[in-house]
Amino acid sequence: MEFVFDLNTIWFILIGVLLTGYAMLDGFDLGVGALHLFMKGDNNRRVLLNSIGPVWDGNEVWLVTGGGAIFAAFPEVYATVFSGFYTAFMLLLFMLIFRAVGIEFRSKQPMEWWRKSWDVAFSISSILIAFLMGVAVGNIITGVPVGADKEFAGTFMSLITPFTVLVGITTLALFMMHGAIYLTMKTEGEVQKTIKGWTTNAIIFFVICYVSVTMATLIYYPGMVIPFKEHPAFFIIAIVNMLAIANIPREMHAGNPSADRRAFFSSCISILALMSIFAIGLFPNFVKSTIDPSYNLTIYNAASSQGTLQTMLIIAIIGIPFVLAYTISIYWVFRGKVKIDSTSY
Amino acid sequence: MDVEILSRLQFALTISFHYIYPPLSIGLGVALVIMEGIYLKTKNPVWQQMTKFWVKIFALTFALGVATGIVMEFEFGTNWATYSRYVGDVFGSALAAEGIFAFFLESGFLAILVFGWNRVSPKVHFFSTIMVSLGSMMSAVWIVVANSWMQTPAGYQIVGEGMNARAEITDFWGMVFNPSSVERLIHTLSGAWLAGAFLMMSIAAFYILKNKHSEFAKNSFKVGLGIAVFASLFQLYTGHRSALGVSRNQPEKLAAFEAHYDSSSAADMYLFGWVNENKREVNFGVAIPKFLSFLIYYDFNAPVKGLKSFDEKNLPPINIVFQTYHLMVAIGMAMIGLSLLALFSLYRGRLFQRGWLLKIFVFAVMLPQIANQMGWFSAEIGRQPWIVYNLLRTSDALSKSVEANQVLFSLILFTCIYALLFTLFIFLLNEKIKHGPDATEPVISQESDAS
Repeated sequence: MEFVFDLNTIWFILIGVLLTGYAMLDGFDLGVGALHLFMKGDNNRRVLLNSIGPVWDGNEVWLVTGGGAIFAAFPEVYATVFSGFYTAFMLLLFMLIFRAVGIEFRSKQPMEWWRKSWDVAFSISSILIAFLMGVAVGNIITGVPVGADKEFAGTFMSLITPFTVLVGITTLALFMMHGAIYLTMKTEGEVQKTIKGWTTNAIIFFVICYVSVTMATLIYYPGMVIPFKEHPAFFIIAIVNMLAIANIPREMHAGNPSADRRAFFSSCISILALMSIFAIGLFPNFVKSTIDPSYNLTIYNAASSQGTLQTMLIIAIIGIPFVLAYTISIYWVFRGKVKIDSTSY
Repeated sequence: MDVEILSRLQFALTISFHYIYPPLSIGLGVALVIMEGIYLKTKNPVWQQMTKFWVKIFALTFALGVATGIVMEFEFGTNWATYSRYVGDVFGSALAAEGIFAFFLESGFLAILVFGWNRVSPKVHFFSTIMVSLGSMMSAVWIVVANSWMQTPAGYQIVGEGMNARAEITDFWGMVFNPSSVERLIHTLSGAWLAGAFLMMSIAAFYILKNKHSEFAKNSFKVGLGIAVFASLFQLYTGHRSALGVSRNQPEKLAAFEAHYDSSSAADMYLFGWVNENKREVNFGVAIPKFLSFLIYYDFNAPVKGLKSFDEKNLPPINIVFQTYHLMVAIGMAMIGLSLLALFSLYRGRLFQRGWLLKIFVFAVMLPQIANQMGWFSAEIGRQPWIVYNLLRTSDALSKSVEANQVLFSLILFTCIYALLFTLFIFLLNEKIKHGPDATEPVISQESDAS
């Protein structure tokens, strides 16, 4: 299909921006959660919790706003996906609830059984959130049964295939890597040393997953790479991705705060590159129908009216700069290594 | 159990549970701004002690508001997909605006409010408190705008037919400022302020009765009381305006509020009663004759459109709307009475000696909780059978691809998880109350370092 820079395309990109922002930010929250049980000791676990403590809630808002934006700009997609993937979304919701209250409640009582239970809840829910989101992305890549009525015609189990599970695991691996790098930035001393040891494994785990997913996509879902075939310039994104990933161990090895920040920045670039590759392969579809491609939900047949897209764009143009400005300021206030004080989790 | 009744039950459960928390956050948020403002002005360390304690309570309600709120955003899509297709332009826009203008603001600055005491200057911290409070109220704005559009749709046109019909925006501001948005917003906010105020007074009264944290408790009670007096009286105005609006825009709902059946006669205002829906009459009722006609038309003899003049298919269940509405009003009046009584006692210097009154306030935390829920039940059940008034029926708005067993699964899980969360909320709240406020800190004469 033609790429026309119209409102529908702009909104495809904007939703990509919101979800990429989510992945860069809540990605490390989920990664820290996934790593949590590997860290032993109450004080050490509190350090991990407080590295994300002030910012995780704001990070999660990117998901909420992304969901709201999909509802507003592409209501047919919102309706089909959320109702079609019903059980998966319910599981995701329960995990999001447990992640939130796990963080909030964990240190509120001194009992060991209390803290260990919430540690488990926090960690398992973080792992499952990352995994489930990956499975959802996997299903967007493979396509799902969607009928002429725009309704999902499959089952919950049909969403779980070797490919979608692989994408789920890859997402988990990506966030674990991202979380480990974030923790390297935010911690010091023995805790940091332990985490640096994990980071290497996390990078290797992710690279193996990434290569496997890429191979599987090329072999089984080559439709995703047609835009790359037609516009070889896009290949640069894949190269940038690989350079970013390669830069991570290089920066981590240098072992100083600026290098740690560059390592985190490289990880963010990698996430951006991955989301871009995914978006390019998907465009202009949102949900591909395995029944008949003419039933695909696209940026055109699943969108709200032009008037709404325009109004929403104005809202976004007004709102997002403010959001970025105060989000960056708030991160700046909490810069530096984690310090536990009387207000901490 | 079919998928419709299960989905309705699930939505009722999830929204009712969610609605315990944001009003508390909104109410406490206003109180926090007042307390921290007074601290900055007077430098009296008790006000900082108060702010720090109530921030901790605030953070607890906020976390639960977020956890249960994401459920709501997803639930429009999971269980009410046909509704979502129909109103995506309108409702989706309001929700997205809520995300961009409210959620980012409150969740972002929450970081500094809760964790940033030692990292920013007192002025920057106060600014953050204001931003969190503002964010919470902006959130109320957009969701009430969205819900009000469901009650009194405006600024739209219907495009397409039958299964493909959907609402598109023709006038964004007309949609935002639809006929009921403003009055419902101020009514909702006032109810939220009452929720926070009565929670503060409840905990403060408890400490006063136990003779603990005296200065902290008395000041906290006074802040709560100030808000409660204003908000409870303001509710008379906002409630009246909302009811006027309902009489104009949703006459069936108004008729249901008072179970008024006969269009040719003036309408009585019941204090209480039981609606016999088969016989179309109110039994065991005590009413002020013709008072509803007076309130709406300023004329005791003005006829009010009665339930009999509407098609039965388009009417809500009458008794439950009648009961929830009356319970809300009764509690609203009780809150005015209690607040004024406390204010008068305070003026006479007797308030903190009146153990019986303080004891009432300990339990009165439940009053706004129940009133807020009853109000929403009345409004939402009163809108039935419509999900969008006169445009889309609730029974036509379900997700077509979802089956009953899936909803039964999620409903059971929500019930269990929310029961657990509520228990934990009460437990942690109780522990915080037992622990009490931390000791007052010495006031630092210079602004603290920003690092």
